[in-house]
Amino acid sequence: MIVAERKPISKIVEMVAAYEKVLLVGCGTCVAVCLAGGEKEVQILAQELRLKARSDGRKQTFDEVTLTRQCDKEYLELIATRVKDYDALLSTACGAGVQFLAERYDSVRVLPALDTRFIGVALGAGEWQQRCIACADCVLDQTGGICPKTMCAKGLVNGPCGGTNHGKCEVNPETDCAWTLIYNRLKKLDRLDLMRGVAPLKRFKPSVHPARFHHMAYKRFDETD
Amino acid sequence: MATKLQEALSKGQFVVTGEAGPPKGVNVGRSLEEVEPLKELLLAYNVTDNQASVMRVSSLVMSVKLIEHGLEPIFQITARDRNRLAIQSEILSAYVMGIRNVLCLTGDHSTLGDHPEAKPVFDLDSVSILQAVQSLKEGTDLAGEKLDGVPTDIFQGAVVAPGADPLEPQLIKFDKKVQVGARFFQTQGVFSLEEWERFYEHAHRAKVPILLGIILLKSGAMARFMNKNVAGINVPQALIDRLDKTDKADRPKVSVEIAAELIRKIRSMCQGVHIMALGWDKYIPALLEQSGL
Repeated sequence: MIVAERKPISKIVEMVAAYEKVLLVGCGTCVAVCLAGGEKEVQILAQELRLKARSDGRKQTFDEVTLTRQCDKEYLELIATRVKDYDALLSTACGAGVQFLAERYDSVRVLPALDTRFIGVALGAGEWQQRCIACADCVLDQTGGICPKTMCAKGLVNGPCGGTNHGKCEVNPETDCAWTLIYNRLKKLDRLDLMRGVAPLKRFKPSVHPARFHHMAYKRFDETD
Repeated sequence: MATKLQEALSKGQFVVTGEAGPPKGVNVGRSLEEVEPLKELLLAYNVTDNQASVMRVSSLVMSVKLIEHGLEPIFQITARDRNRLAIQSEILSAYVMGIRNVLCLTGDHSTLGDHPEAKPVFDLDSVSILQAVQSLKEGTDLAGEKLDGVPTDIFQGAVVAPGADPLEPQLIKFDKKVQVGARFFQTQGVFSLEEWERFYEHAHRAKVPILLGIILLKSGAMARFMNKNVAGINVPQALIDRLDKTDKADRPKVSVEIAAELIRKIRSMCQGVHIMALGWDKYIPALLEQSGL
C-alpha cells in the first residue's frame, strides 16, 4: 500500500491560515491503514487546527468528511454539493488523491496535509518499510524476491557495492545491505547462479512519468494504444 | 599505445600506484605539488572522482593536468553523478585528452558527502561502466550505435574489497568485472596476510593483475575508527596495540614498518601495490625502500 506521513502541524497551519472555511477531506484506504489520513486522523487534525486558530485569534471553521478513496471519481462526487461552501479543501490523501480532488474541484483551493512516502509493507504495529519503487521493469524473479532497485540505496543490479559493511548499508548502518539479503536468500534457495550473471542494463523508459496504463479489457477496438 | 601501467603489468613488473586528489576549488597547483616529488617512485596516480561524494575539480581535468606535468593518471569514473550518456561521453572525452587508464567504480552514495540533498544517479554501476568501456573499445556505444573513431586502447580497471564480509558476494562481483573486461584491479586497504590469502585463493584464477591496497595507519584511534566505520577494513588488534604503544613522534616510522611488513609477505601474491597515503605522501619513499621495492 501507499504509506504517507502527516506534515508538521506548523506547516499545515501556515497553509490554511488564509482560509476561513476549510473542509478536511480524509481518505479511507491506504493512508487510513498507515494512520496518516483516515477518519480518525482527520478528526485529530481538525481538532488541532481549531485549537490553534482559537489561540492565534483567527476566526476559522474546520469541517470533516472522509471518503472511501480519493483516487476514484465516484467517491469524489459524494461531496459535490458541499464544496461550494468552503474556501479550501485540506486533503489527507496521498499525492495522487490530492491531485484528483483538485482536478474535480478546480475552482476551490486544494491543499495537501500529508507527505507521501512510499509503496510499502507493515513491519509491525505502526512501522512500515518501502518495498517497491514502481520501476515498471520487475526483476524479483532474478533476485530471490528481494528488490535491489528498492532495497539497495543505490538501486544496484549487479551485486553489492564497496560500501556493504557486515551486512549493513553505507548510507545507514541500521539498514540491511540488500545484496547481502539477496545473496543469503539465493544461497538458501540454492540459486546463486542467478547472482553470477551480468544483469541487463536498467530500463528507465517504462517508468517515465506521468505513466499511464489502460487495461486491455477496457480498451475499445478502434483504439491503438 | 599501451600506458606505462599496462606495459609494466603485461611484462610482469611489480607496479606501485598512488593517488592524486583534485582540489576543492581551483588550486590545482597545490595538488600537483603534493604528488610531483613521488614522480620517480610511482608509476601512475589514481585521480579520484568527487571522492567521498565531496564536490571538487573533475577527475578528467585533473587527469589532464597530470599528463601536462609528465605524470600518468588512472582516471576514476563513478556512477553516482552521471547517467549513461554522460559517462560514455566523459570516457570518450578523456580519451580525446590523452587519458588511457580508466578505473570504473560505483561511487559512494551522495548522502555521505557535502551535498547530501543531491540526486544520486546510479543509472549504471561499476560492472555496467566496464561494459560501456568494453563496448566503446569495440566501436559501439551502449545503445549499439557506431562510433566515428574508436578508443581501442583504453586500459580499464576496477576495484575489489578483499575484506568484505560476507566475502562471496564480493567475489561473485569480482568475477563479473573480469567477465565484462576489467584488465586490472586495485583493492581496498588490506591489513593481514590471512585476509589476502582468503581472497587471492579465488581471485588469482582470473589471471588479471591485482594491486594490493595499502593504507598508512596514522594511529590506533584511526584504525579503530576505520574498523568501525569503513566498509571492508579490518585492522587486526595486534597492529592497533602496536600503534597505541608508540609515541606520536614515532608513529610514522611504525606505520611504515607495518605496511612494509605486509607488502613483503604478500608481494609474491600480487602484481603491485596501490598506496593510499591519506596525506602521508612524504613517507612513501621510506615505505617503498623498506618493502624492498
